[in-house]
Amino acid sequence: MATPVIEVRDLHKYFGELEVLKGIDLRVDEQEVICVVGPSGSGKSTLLRCVNRLEEPTSGQIFIEGDDITAKGCNIDRVRQRVGMVFQQFNLFPHMSVLDNITIALRKVKRLKGKAATEIARERLDKVGLADKADAYPIQLSGGQQQRVAIARALAMDPDVMLFDEPTSALDPELVGDVLAVMQRLAEEGMTMMVVTHEMGFAREVGTRMMFMDFGVVQEEGPPAQLLDHPASERAKEFFSRVL
Amino acid sequence: MDALIENFFNLRTMLDMLPGLIREGIRNTIFLTVAGFSLGLVLGLVFALLRLSTARPLRWLAGTYIELFRGLPLLLTIVFIGTALPIALRFRWPNFFLPGVLALGIVAGAYIAETIRAGIQAVPRGQMEAARSLGMPHRLAMRTIVLPQAFRIIVPPLTNELVLLIKDTSLLAILGTSIGQREILKYSRDVLGRTLDPSALVAAGLAYLALTVPMTRLVAVLERRNRRSR
Repeated sequence: MATPVIEVRDLHKYFGELEVLKGIDLRVDEQEVICVVGPSGSGKSTLLRCVNRLEEPTSGQIFIEGDDITAKGCNIDRVRQRVGMVFQQFNLFPHMSVLDNITIALRKVKRLKGKAATEIARERLDKVGLADKADAYPIQLSGGQQQRVAIARALAMDPDVMLFDEPTSALDPELVGDVLAVMQRLAEEGMTMMVVTHEMGFAREVGTRMMFMDFGVVQEEGPPAQLLDHPASERAKEFFSRVL
Repeated sequence: MDALIENFFNLRTMLDMLPGLIREGIRNTIFLTVAGFSLGLVLGLVFALLRLSTARPLRWLAGTYIELFRGLPLLLTIVFIGTALPIALRFRWPNFFLPGVLALGIVAGAYIAETIRAGIQAVPRGQMEAARSLGMPHRLAMRTIVLPQAFRIIVPPLTNELVLLIKDTSLLAILGTSIGQREILKYSRDVLGRTLDPSALVAAGLAYLALTVPMTRLVAVLERRNRRSR
């Protein structure tokens, strides 16, 4: 069997006394689009943030393409270049133009020349449909446009996997579609994706697998349609009946 | 009324002292302020970063520095560095500027450190996280993403520090300054001593205001602009 892109083994995470992740095991293979759903406070965002160690796991192991990123000597900065992340609040750098937002890591981390970096940035901007916004500043863009720039910024590093942390939750409803369309195209091109979301339609259509989390554990997982239409656990039944 | 003008606004005295006031007093005040502020900025940045460090001893060190020099009267620090230290360690300062700038810079640094720390913490956490998620090491993310945004936030309070420093340079006269080294207030007090004309002090006051009021106006403009851009 091929090396999984993401593998999580018995992951526990405490915030002070509070145990938010109570032993998570997870495996994401190449080209999978795994959608993580569940009520707020279920630990799904924390799980996602542990995968690139924005949160430090309390115990357990996490492997990215076979590399143990919880090991002592691990160079997390190198691993993160292979793991793109998109945030709920976009987190574009407000003091930089759209182009600089995308090229800064290419220039300073990957040490590309300005011209090569600009070329990649323009290509990724084109991909998310914002080629004409290269010189704009984030504040001049709508939320949906900002999130698409954030996706382009993450893609510019040529990651092997993309993490999405509720990418459409901060958007006005009419702007959600554009962002989801970009994500869908990405999935169709074969990007491995882990998506924390409340968009059940997206999960059903694009997701290859769905994970329902609650109380810090994975309650249920399987094909999205199966979970959505015939949830097995009481907790999942109750949750889906409320959100669908 | 005439007596008032005669006593405090004697144009003759003021005009007579003006060239010297500009060439010596204002010049030295500006030099001491700029040098002290520059040192304060460097120390402030270093200790702000130490204060936010994950290493407890470094945080403790920065905290001690900040509390110490914010808690002591500036005059005490000036005398300690300028007079007490040379006595204890048996050396002489080559001039009065060195201990003066040192004292001003060290104390300004303590205040500026807190200002910069507040500025860094005012930058949303997501900025650092986004930078780190792109593979930037902490130091690079701090330098290219967080600090530029923090400095934009703290320009108004930093300008206030600068105004305070302009006025505080007058305290350095306690170290005993010779001719050529005097800042605005000492220069004017010497004129007062010679002429017994209170107008000399009024001239000093006007000189300080000519430096400080443009700065405080600038702060007001910057704050208005900051409010608008948010």
